[in-house]
Formats: sequence, structure tokens, C-alpha cells
Amino acid sequence: MKTGAHYDVVIIGAGLSGLAAGIRLAHFGKRVCIFERHSAPGGLNSFYSIGGRKFDVGLHAVTNYVRPGVKGTPLGRILRQLRLDRDELGLCEQRQSRVAFGPRGELSLRFTNDFGVFESEVARLFPGCVDGFQRLVRRLRETIFSPDSPALSARAVVGEHVRDPVLVDMLMCVPLYYGSAQENDMDFGQFAMLFQAVFFEGLARPYEGIRRILRLLVDKYRQAGGERRMNCGVRSIVARNGRVEALVMESGEEVGADTVLSSIGRVETEALSGGGEAGAGSASRSVAGRVTFVETMAIFDREPASLGWGDNTTVFYNDSERLDYSVPEGQVDVRSGVICIPNNFDYGPEKRLPEGIVRVTCLANYDRWARLPEESYTADKKRWFGEIQASAWRFRPEAGVQESFESAVATDMFTPRTVERFTGHRNGAIYGSPTKSLLGTTAFSNLYLCGTDQGLLGIMGSMLSGITMANRHVLSRTAG
Amino acid sequence: MTKDECKKAVIAIISDIAPDEDLSNLKPDVRLRDQLQLDSMDFLDIVMELRKRHGIEVPEADYPKLASLDSCADYLTPKFNALAAKS
Repeated sequence: MKTGAHYDVVIIGAGLSGLAAGIRLAHFGKRVCIFERHSAPGGLNSFYSIGGRKFDVGLHAVTNYVRPGVKGTPLGRILRQLRLDRDELGLCEQRQSRVAFGPRGELSLRFTNDFGVFESEVARLFPGCVDGFQRLVRRLRETIFSPDSPALSARAVVGEHVRDPVLVDMLMCVPLYYGSAQENDMDFGQFAMLFQAVFFEGLARPYEGIRRILRLLVDKYRQAGGERRMNCGVRSIVARNGRVEALVMESGEEVGADTVLSSIGRVETEALSGGGEAGAGSASRSVAGRVTFVETMAIFDREPASLGWGDNTTVFYNDSERLDYSVPEGQVDVRSGVICIPNNFDYGPEKRLPEGIVRVTCLANYDRWARLPEESYTADKKRWFGEIQASAWRFRPEAGVQESFESAVATDMFTPRTVERFTGHRNGAIYGSPTKSLLGTTAFSNLYLCGTDQGLLGIMGSMLSGITMANRHVLSRTAG
Repeated sequence: MTKDECKKAVIAIISDIAPDEDLSNLKPDVRLRDQLQLDSMDFLDIVMELRKRHGIEVPEADYPKLASLDSCADYLTPKFNALAAKS
């Protein structure tokens, strides 16, 4: 057998979780290498350039934002564990966001990074639900997401406390859209984690978007002595007697490792190892996720505020009686979605993004997009771009402004097909498999998962996932 | 190495791990956990940094000996001195 390099730890995928794990391991002297199939880091949270413009993929906002001095939250834990200074992230807070329901968003709950705003909005619109909502809030504050938590339906728990089904949907909406691989419901522990991340903590963004965070992590990793191989996909995992012995790269090169951390997804990792042995050993056969999205970006030569968007940072909208967070029959479901306006973070008095951006994300059907021939793919993208943006523009806070998305100076859109191509996630499933592996263990004794399919969600969640998996499965085993 | 120097070495590690904590008024006889917001991840890092910077190994069974600055000094100072004697 031709053997190449050997590492203490090999990490598959240079996304946020892989980079965070790599920083920890390299910092503590492990010989570690990250293998990434693409030329750019970031995985599900990356960026690309078209026509001189840089677009973010994935990142709407960084959740878990707390102000300096607030301790015991994920942000502080990440900064400590990765030895980052909070100024290095350059996080700027959101202005205000909304959950807007009804054909034109008549029923609108504002929220900011001050939870009191959301509480008073709930009290104003749902006076009969205040006590139940407060009980739910107490329960959410006490919930610690852990692998030992029993599986509970978030919808059932929220429904126990809150009688009004519309309020239930409005409370479910943000955590579902920001992290559920499951249709219309999610695990209560994950729901609590995301609710805390968005509502108790808050939303923020670096002026430079995801690029700033990725550059920071890549630099830290390199300074710590970590190696990184880009354009170097893994073709297969070679295992014997329940242990991974080596990875075979697309180039045919073989790389040995004592431990492997895979951030590419559970099903995707099993496929590399031939599926058979891993499948037989797994307690539950994992399923690829089906929840996926299309995202549209409209670029303007003006601030979105002058187009009727006010100071809204994100808007979670739904025009129907009930929220339907499921894979649509058609290519896209424009009835609900998420609008993000990167201009409306508080970058400081003098600092503005060079152009206006209105991003809209809607649920999509992978199969419908995957099987389109090339000509109809392009035409359908164009058609849906208009439908999606038109649907979202109904939810402007100042609907009287006579402007539309048609004044955009540039547009772009990506579909589940794009997501699959660039992230390798089956079905373009942004939030991965609905079956999470919270301990990160697999059928192989030295192969662990990190990232989306380990179960921690969002930008901060993925970093925390890399950190905790590196700690649990590598560092704490060699610490003593 | 004296016990005071040992405490300084431990404080230097904590200040790098948790730069947001105020370490100026640490009471040596009170558990670090009761004065600072340190979780188990942070304690793992103290152990890892001791090894990385000073070559000192702390087996898991001995983690409770790192509870306060005083107990750290009692436990670690002989280890520091044994290493110094060897080199």
C-alpha cells in the first residue's frame, strides 16, 4: 500500500466547524491537516464573486451576539477557546427585525438585541397569551442543549404554553428557518438553542460579512501551525476492524490519520466509507435531509431604506393562515421566507455598505431543480427570482414607497443545485440530516462528525461544534 | 520556583485563556470557579497549557488539585521544580 503523509488528526472540510476544530488541535500541538474539496474555505457559509461583486452565501447574520461583559454564553466560550479577541470579529449589531405574518405582514412582532422589545410586542399583539409566553420563556432560559436531553417536539412544548396557533407559528418561524432540517417541527433542545441565540442573545454582522470571519479563522489556524490542502477532496475512507486507517484523496494520494473529524455531513461521510460497514454499525440508519432553499440577491444603487425597507435587518414573513415549513410540491414556496438586508446593521455613523442589498430566501424542492435541463434551469431561475422578490416586497415596513425590486442594478440567485455542487451536501440540504449525531460518534472508533450533522446550528453553533468535538474526542483523551 | 512564582505562572495561563476576566483581586484560598466564570472547557485548557508551556502533565484524577491558586501552587510547584532539576 502506498502511504503518504500521516497526521494526528485529519479534518474533512474547511468550513467553520472544521477550521475551529483545527485551531484547537493545532494550538495544542497536534499535527493536523484540513482537506477541502474547493478552492475557497467556508463550506455552507462562504462567498463568491460575480462581476466584481462579492456575495455571501449562507450568512444572513451572526446569531449569539452579546455585548462585551456578558459572560457564560456561546460567543464568550468561542472567543476563549479559539483565543480570539472579540474586536477581531468586528460584529455590528442589527437595527431591528420582525416576524411578519398576514398577506402584507399586518401581524408584526418586532425584535432587537434587547429581548424586552420582543416581550412587549408579544404582550401587545397577544394579550391573552402573556402568562403562557412568560412560562415558555422561563423554560427556554433554563434549557441547556445537551446530548443527554430527551427528544421532544418543539411544537408540542410551545403549544403547551401558548394557546394561540398563530403565535405558536410566529415563535416557531425563526428557529425553523435558521436551522431546522426537519419539516414543520424540530427538536425542542435545538429550538431552545436557536431561540436563545436569536432572541435572548442577538443578531450581528461584520461589515465585511462572512469573509472577515473566515479570514480570521484561516489566519489563526495557520499561525497555530495547522496545515490546509485546498482543491483536495476525499474520495474514500479506508477502514479495517472498525477503525479508519487512511483517506484516499481524489488525486489517488493516501493520507493516514490517528483520528478523523468529518464536517461534510453524516450521510456524506458514510458514503465515503462505503456505507456498508458504517450502516450496519449505526443504531439508526441516517437519512439525507430534504429541507433546502433558494436564495435571491437584488443589488441597488441606493440604500434599501429609501426603497421602503426602513431600518429592518431581517424579516421572517408568512402570508398564509398557518406557517408551512416543508418541502414544497413546486420548485419554490414563496408564501413564506426570510428577508435579510445587510445594510441595516449598525456599522457606525460613517460606515455604509457600497450598495443596497435585499436578500430573500425561500423553501425549495431539490428534485424539481435537479432534473431541469440547462435551458429551462436558467429560465426558471429568472422567473422565480421575480416571484420571490415580489412576494417579499409585500412585507416592507413602508409599503407606500413606489419602488420595486425591478430597479435592481444586479441580481443573483442560487438554487439547491448550486448548494449541492458547492457544499457536497446531498439534496442541497442546508441544515443537513434530520437525524443528528450529538456525540459525534460514528461506526468507526476514530472517526467523528462535526458541523451541521453533529447538531449545533448557525455560524456560532458550527464553530462550537468543531471546538467541542476536538475537545471531547481528541484533546481530553490526551490531556491526562 | 517558589509557590508565588507558580501562582503567577497559573495566572498568566488564565489571563490568556480568559482575557475578559479580572484577575487582579484573586483570593488564593478560594476556588477559582467561585471567583471566575470558568467552565470545564476552560479547565481543560489550563491543563493543556501547563503541558504546552511548561511540560507539566496533570492526570485527570488530579484535576481537583487545581481548584484554587493555593492548591495549584501546592500541587504544581514540586512538579515545576522536579522538571527544573532534570534539565
